[in-house]
Amino acid sequence: MSDRTPVSPPTPPGAHGSGTTKAGAPEVDERGRVERSARDAGDSAAGRLLDSGAGRNLGLVAVLVLLGVVGAVTAGERFLSVPNLLTVLTQASIIGVITVGVTFVIIGGGIDLSVGKVMALSSVWATTVATQSYGPLVMILCALLVGAGAGLVNGLLIAYGRIVPFIVTLAMLISAQGLAEQISGRRSQIVTDPTIAGIATTRLLGIPLLIYIFAVVVALGWVLLNRTTFGRRTFAIGGNAEAARLAGLNVRRHTAALYVLSGLCCGIAAIMIASLTTTGSSTHGTLYELDAIAAVIIGGTLLTGGRGTLIGSILGVLVFTTITNLFVLNNLATEVQNIAKGAIIVVAVLIQARARRSDP
Amino acid sequence: MSQNLPGGLGRRGFLMGTLGIGAGAALTACTSNAPAGGPPAASAPVAAPAGGNSEPGEQVTIGFSAPAADHGWIAAIANNAQAQAEQYSDVTFSPVNPTNDIAQQIAAVQTLINQGVNALVILPNDGSQLTSVGRQAMEAGIPVINLDRIFDSPLAYRTWIGGDNYGMGVSAGTYIGQRLREAGVANPVIGEIAGIDNLPLTQQRSQGFADALQTFGFAVGPRQAADFTAQGGQRVTANLLQAAPQLDAVWNHDDDQGIGVLAAIEQAGRNEFFMVGGAGSANAMRAIQEDNTVLKATVTYSPSMASSAVALARLVAQGKGMGDLAEREVPASITLASATITKDNVADYLPLGFES
Repeated sequence: MSDRTPVSPPTPPGAHGSGTTKAGAPEVDERGRVERSARDAGDSAAGRLLDSGAGRNLGLVAVLVLLGVVGAVTAGERFLSVPNLLTVLTQASIIGVITVGVTFVIIGGGIDLSVGKVMALSSVWATTVATQSYGPLVMILCALLVGAGAGLVNGLLIAYGRIVPFIVTLAMLISAQGLAEQISGRRSQIVTDPTIAGIATTRLLGIPLLIYIFAVVVALGWVLLNRTTFGRRTFAIGGNAEAARLAGLNVRRHTAALYVLSGLCCGIAAIMIASLTTTGSSTHGTLYELDAIAAVIIGGTLLTGGRGTLIGSILGVLVFTTITNLFVLNNLATEVQNIAKGAIIVVAVLIQARARRSDP
Repeated sequence: MSQNLPGGLGRRGFLMGTLGIGAGAALTACTSNAPAGGPPAASAPVAAPAGGNSEPGEQVTIGFSAPAADHGWIAAIANNAQAQAEQYSDVTFSPVNPTNDIAQQIAAVQTLINQGVNALVILPNDGSQLTSVGRQAMEAGIPVINLDRIFDSPLAYRTWIGGDNYGMGVSAGTYIGQRLREAGVANPVIGEIAGIDNLPLTQQRSQGFADALQTFGFAVGPRQAADFTAQGGQRVTANLLQAAPQLDAVWNHDDDQGIGVLAAIEQAGRNEFFMVGGAGSANAMRAIQEDNTVLKATVTYSPSMASSAVALARLVAQGKGMGDLAEREVPASITLASATITKDNVADYLPLGFES
């Protein structure tokens, strides 16, 4: 804990220090300054337009529009019908909730490869015969606790054990899968609880409940990232952890918290998928980590941290889900889908890089 | 910061710690899958004793190697083999640790060869890649019963027993064709939700399905491959139902992914068509019996074949033939027929169903 109060903070490298920082200067000022500068980073270089949600995600919006046109042309009303669009959103909701957590982790300079299998583990843990016997509230609580718990283990090992996030979360991916298989005996555990199974069939004003959950998680995530100290610190730590530390931020505690947040999102997603598939299974969430990271990256978030938007990540998720929908509507094979997804990742990132460079 | 709030962190830490321990204790109670006072799960299917073959004979050791279960079907294979072996007082069952790693499975089978077991039952992770170790066993004088996924060379096994993927498609196609013809549907929209498309077994199933439908003058309409998981089944079906606003019938290749398929159909509120499943899980059979979903039939690919494989291994090791056949030896190849289970005969098959 000695790193929390630097006795004599030197001018933090990269913190845009203007003038001198006196030894013993109020650390609160310094911290606020680093947080502010992190938030505003890039303003001078790339211009405000590109930093606004629409600008930064220009490529993605273009891809989404293009997909919409392709859908309207090839599948017509079947694509544009309200039930179909709701299906796309429902399918996006689960990976979307996970992507919210992953976005925080990546902006904070980390990576979380364990999300898919932490979700699987939570779904299995929450749907055992024993858990289901306690009713829906305990099932939800159980999923959230298991998810947050796995995130906490990730966070503590990364922040305090000083092991690289890639290794820790890869280890978590493997062991969560193992534990999920052990608890479930490699079987699909059927959700018999009518309340949990009913989440996926419930509609409010014609819109599935899962979409509301997705929207609420995104809204809360957006506020947390853009309107709170927590969010500003996430940007600061992801941009330059050393500067943030020297400015007095508790980098370790914050890093750990980011992984707990990601785990919590997995717990929420676990209940959603248990309801949608009416099972808890160790096979859930396979390769979700890559889908989530791909969505975050094409959403314009720097893989190295410090910059990014939540809206971009969500657009990324929507792009992928729409592609799947388009391919099924046109009765095309899965293999072609994956080729198209790969191509779209490259194209979206290329368009973004180009837009950023050409803009003065 | 802690110097501004002396003791603050300590109190909070203590509170969080207590919460953590309490939550941990509560959570561990939630990992049990044992039904509280409920009836035990259906017992594994066991081959009925026939002729004089059930009489205890020479004491034999049967080695068993199969992939690690990542699907209810594989789990049932291991359970059935074990249960069958326990039926015989003259059989010592010697299973090796299941694995999904080819190299590990080869090593495991070699261990069994070195132990000098009297017969081997092998369900390979990949038939081609385990052919050489099958030949090693045969050359060492140990008869190999090749279960389901076939070796490349007949030299690698004494007897092959397995399911009929093409026949499964034929059974499903025939049931759907007949039912639609009886209903007088002229141009039916028939959907297909396959397993993993690049597996030969999926291709064979789809081929059989298409061929059988063709005899009725029907063709497959919307077709998508899931991945044998409930999640994949749900995702693909939710989208496919949007692609096809009106369906007459659907064949889903696999009952495990069928849980997700049924969930998606229910969530979409669709019931204008009927569905046929595949493999024959206990769960699907119960749904057929209760008759309150679109699932009206399933075509079997029964893991009871593992029970039969152990019975065959015992006969081969003891040098006996099959009871009702004239031949003095066990046949070299046995292909199971794919039965069509409907509400009418589901009661007979329920004991063979595997829990997903």
